[in-house]
Amino acid sequence: MAEQHTLEGRLPVGAINTRASGWWAMIFTVFTEASLFAYLLFSYYYLAVQPHLPGTFPQGGQPDLKLALPNTIILIASSVAVGWAQLGIEHGSKQRLALGLGIGTLLGVVFLIVQYFEWAEKPFTLASTPYSSLYFVITGFHMAHVVVGVCILAALTWWSSRGYFNRVRYAHIHIGALYWHFVDVVWIAVFFTFYITPLLGLRA
Amino acid sequence: MASISDYERSPTVGRPNTALAEKLKALWETEPGFVGWLGTVDHKEIGLRYIVTAFAFLVIGGIEALVFRVQLAWSNVKLLSPEQYDQLFTMHGMTMIFLYASPILSGFSNYLWPLLLGSRDMALPRLNALSYWIYLCAGIFLYSSFLIGFGPNVGWFNYVPLAARAYNNGPNIDVYSLGMILLGISTTVGAINFIVTFLRLRCPGMSVNRVPILVWGTLTASAANIFAIPSVSLAFFLLWMDRNLGTHFFDTTAGGSALLWQHLFWMFGHPWVYAIVLPAMGMVSDGLPVFCRRPLVGYTAVAAATVATMILGFGVWVHHMFATGLPNISLSFFSAASIIITVPSAVGVFAWLATIWTGRPVFTTPFLFFASFILLFTIGGVSGFMTGSVPVDWQLTDTYFVVAHLHYVLIGINVFPVAGAVYFWFPKFTGKLMDERLGQWNFWTMFIGFNLGFFPMHISGLLGMPRRIYTYPDSMGWDWLNLITTIGSFLFGFGVLLLIYNVMKSLRHGPTAPPNPWDAPTLEWAVSSPPPPYNFTVIPVVASRHPLWEDRLDQPKDARSHIETGLVLDHGKEALGTTTLDAEPNVILKMPRDTLVPLYLALSMTVVTAGLALVNWWVVAVGVALTACSILAWLWPEASLGETVVPATGKARHG
Amino acid sequence: MRATQAAILFVVFLSTRAHAAPLQYLTGAGEKAAPVVTLTWGLLIISIAVVVIIGLLLAGAIWRRPGETWTPGAKTALKGHAGGLNWLWVGVGISTLVLLFSIGWTVKVLADIQAPPQKPAATIEITGRQWWWQVRYLSDDNAHEFVTANEIHIPVGAPVRLKLVGGDVIHSFWVPQLAGKMDAIPGQTNETWIEASAPGTYRGQCTEYCGLQHSHMGFLVVAQPAGDFRKWWDHQLTSPAVPTGHAQLGQADFQMHCGNCHTVRGTEAAGALGPDLSHLMQRSTIAAGQLPNNGPVLAHWIADPQSLKPGSLMPAPSLSETELADIHAYLKTLD
Repeated sequence: MAEQHTLEGRLPVGAINTRASGWWAMIFTVFTEASLFAYLLFSYYYLAVQPHLPGTFPQGGQPDLKLALPNTIILIASSVAVGWAQLGIEHGSKQRLALGLGIGTLLGVVFLIVQYFEWAEKPFTLASTPYSSLYFVITGFHMAHVVVGVCILAALTWWSSRGYFNRVRYAHIHIGALYWHFVDVVWIAVFFTFYITPLLGLRA
Repeated sequence: MASISDYERSPTVGRPNTALAEKLKALWETEPGFVGWLGTVDHKEIGLRYIVTAFAFLVIGGIEALVFRVQLAWSNVKLLSPEQYDQLFTMHGMTMIFLYASPILSGFSNYLWPLLLGSRDMALPRLNALSYWIYLCAGIFLYSSFLIGFGPNVGWFNYVPLAARAYNNGPNIDVYSLGMILLGISTTVGAINFIVTFLRLRCPGMSVNRVPILVWGTLTASAANIFAIPSVSLAFFLLWMDRNLGTHFFDTTAGGSALLWQHLFWMFGHPWVYAIVLPAMGMVSDGLPVFCRRPLVGYTAVAAATVATMILGFGVWVHHMFATGLPNISLSFFSAASIIITVPSAVGVFAWLATIWTGRPVFTTPFLFFASFILLFTIGGVSGFMTGSVPVDWQLTDTYFVVAHLHYVLIGINVFPVAGAVYFWFPKFTGKLMDERLGQWNFWTMFIGFNLGFFPMHISGLLGMPRRIYTYPDSMGWDWLNLITTIGSFLFGFGVLLLIYNVMKSLRHGPTAPPNPWDAPTLEWAVSSPPPPYNFTVIPVVASRHPLWEDRLDQPKDARSHIETGLVLDHGKEALGTTTLDAEPNVILKMPRDTLVPLYLALSMTVVTAGLALVNWWVVAVGVALTACSILAWLWPEASLGETVVPATGKARHG
Repeated sequence: MRATQAAILFVVFLSTRAHAAPLQYLTGAGEKAAPVVTLTWGLLIISIAVVVIIGLLLAGAIWRRPGETWTPGAKTALKGHAGGLNWLWVGVGISTLVLLFSIGWTVKVLADIQAPPQKPAATIEITGRQWWWQVRYLSDDNAHEFVTANEIHIPVGAPVRLKLVGGDVIHSFWVPQLAGKMDAIPGQTNETWIEASAPGTYRGQCTEYCGLQHSHMGFLVVAQPAGDFRKWWDHQLTSPAVPTGHAQLGQADFQMHCGNCHTVRGTEAAGALGPDLSHLMQRSTIAAGQLPNNGPVLAHWIADPQSLKPGSLMPAPSLSETELADIHAYLKTLD
């Protein structure tokens, strides 16, 4: 209950970490984007259990892991770098912040480049079959989210290098990092669906 | 004056006074001229814009319906060609369900929430502005192809393969698909805003069991939208890709699935119909008790029922697909779920009945709308109950019985409460009173017209009249029923016009309204009519669900709400953030000034949408670039918002 | 109040006028239809009772103890928190019991009508097309299969299995007096069954919006005694007699101008884009159950189908008056 004349204790002012409205907005943005990927993967599984000619779902049989698996590790590493940056600023280290974010950004770009090569190597196009449509659209949606994430990380790296944040005020970092980690988790689900479920028997 | 580098502050507790009110007014009022008009972030102005725009779409959608009601008034009428009819019924459905039913509730909620919660504004004022501008742009975009004769024409539900390129080659469906994706962004960011506001911006003492039911209704709908909207946005996006880029999601000639569309559409569509009625039910739950002179019976049960309805609402979508050849086990489950979802609705009906029965009803116009809603809700509910039974649905689906059902639930549970809400809150929004006598005429015209128009549809449905037909032969036994329906519809339409007329007339000539004309209990009635731009001079503290009734409801004197003393937050545009469950203060939030950036962002996204509609990748690229720039400008860390320690030159202003 | 009184009146109205509404189902009969009619009446009676009870409670609540008239801003007496929760327990409790009962009944009827009570007397594959119905009678022996359109014959008193296929877009097969709806969806085959317990002609209609002429995509189901049904089947397997005179000229014209879309058994006309016309004169309607199959109407139809069914996929033929008359004469021999 409120006291009559003074408020005991001081209140923080401004966008302070998890008390910032933007943080909560990002949480629910993550929920809605996660739902989007849930529906995308639902479409995959729904079409997967329809009747198909042998060898057409996945088209060309089991997708090759030689690029996808290292790429997954690269993306996870980028999340680790960003997490390291977050811990850094919590302890007041602006250098660790900028460095970690920069590494995370770079690894994100590497992920995009490797993914582009994987796309180029596929023996099918967007309009070949339902499977090919699913492959490019789902990995494409993820890629779009990575592009946005890389832009966010790049902006955060820039602002960090200009000293915008300190151990009290760094809500932007928290919010951007949440988005990036989310993108990473989504990739695990996408990777599992496309590359692991055929090995587990979900194939025509 | 504290500087922005203060990380903490101990705010004073004080009383309202003229100097403080003047200072807050200067800080919070909308900037004059162009910037204020296009860049306002005031939730009250945004709320009113939503309401006016939604009513405009209600009238447009109504006219579309009245035109085809003339076509259907008798057998073999030749007013419309099949193509014209198909576009009109599609646009009618799309307009009412997407451009009226949800935005009208967003509008009322936007205006009322901060006042109900004892707050200065919504949690994310710029996002609020964005959601309105995108809504307006999407609405115009969705109508653009109709205005040149290429409107969406295969129903608001847009089933494939009929909506695919092979059967629908013009721009009709592309405009529909892309417009819906754009509109979905508006609804989603609006939903995020409501949820964050609920979690963070309630005034001290406003624990979760003290918020008005309207807040529960909008909160529940918003949470549902977060999870449901991506389904339909995805469906429309996949369809656009099938139509323009040759993919095969829904292409049954190449291994795609026509039912995938239906699942994705209805997994969104069913939760959506609850999202467009639960806030309205909340309005009744808050407004009806005022005119029964007592608190709502069973507040906790009603709040829980609201949430339960929405959760169950995610588990019944297949009842729109009962005739598609699903296995028996699936049919039985979804049929049972569709019937059992009636239970939380029954909680509401009996709570409202009990409130009237144990209260002392005052027959104002809002009371008439809120009370009649209970009967209309029940009629709509039982027709839903009947079609929830699979074997019965196999006879009644796709007939006018379902048309009767959906209009009883949508008009009965959305439009009637909205009409009541207009009469109830008009004095607060405008500072004027509406004409009560005209209001009573208004109510009866709408009530009689609506029932005359839509009750006969139960019969024509039982007599086998299918939906979505542009004409029918004279040998079917449907003629007289349709004529009565058409006459009733026109009467109902006239009633809606009466409502709008009463609003316009009262704006100009209505008597001045006191702060609390109805002697109602909640916080919005504690401030002036209309409220000052900063809502509350000092932040109130609440101790019950009915702050303004506490003295007469025997609330103990030492546990009363305080409206005349509270935290003074005047170091700039400031609002109070509190903890989630118990609403204890935990941060002073810095709020943004009026800005044109949300408008720029909405326009940029519209450019992207238009580029995709034209399949012009240069336009898309320009739109994406503009979008990126707008977002960057928006999110650039700003000192005045407490986001950064370095004042960025030329950007930060001390609040 | 108005609404509930009207409800009762209309129910009475309904049962007296049933015969004048060919697409209503409440006078339906047969193993598939009858249990659903009973269930409907049951749920309808529950529904009307609920509306009446709630209506009476609402009226009672409103008028038993009216409050003071309203003046703006006046503070009037409050009633306080007392009472009311019992309404919820009793009301919701009773409602839940009724709902559970309805679920039980529903599940039972669903199980009862799922499969035909005995082996089906025939299996028919029906393909929905914009805006007509292709009907293929299946048999173990290919020579016993045939194709017709828009008019389906079945034997009385025996179930008939239907396989529904979507030929282009989604359609829905509905003959209310005999059974509920089942969609015909491209990419899958939906199986259902119907049964007529009395001879007669039953009207059907497409009930999934399928484009411009969805309103005019009907069909007829003719239930005949088993012997007549066999005779009808055997007749459908024959080719129509060779025509003479104008009809013979008409056959040549027909093959040239109509044969790409329509089939007539035993001739060069073998198109499958439109209805099979081999025994056209046996049907009582044309244009998918929309128009009576008589001379003037048929002549009008072949000369200018767009004026009768605008948007239909049958183009206006560019033929002379004589050619049209000859074709008409030929069609009239397709018995």
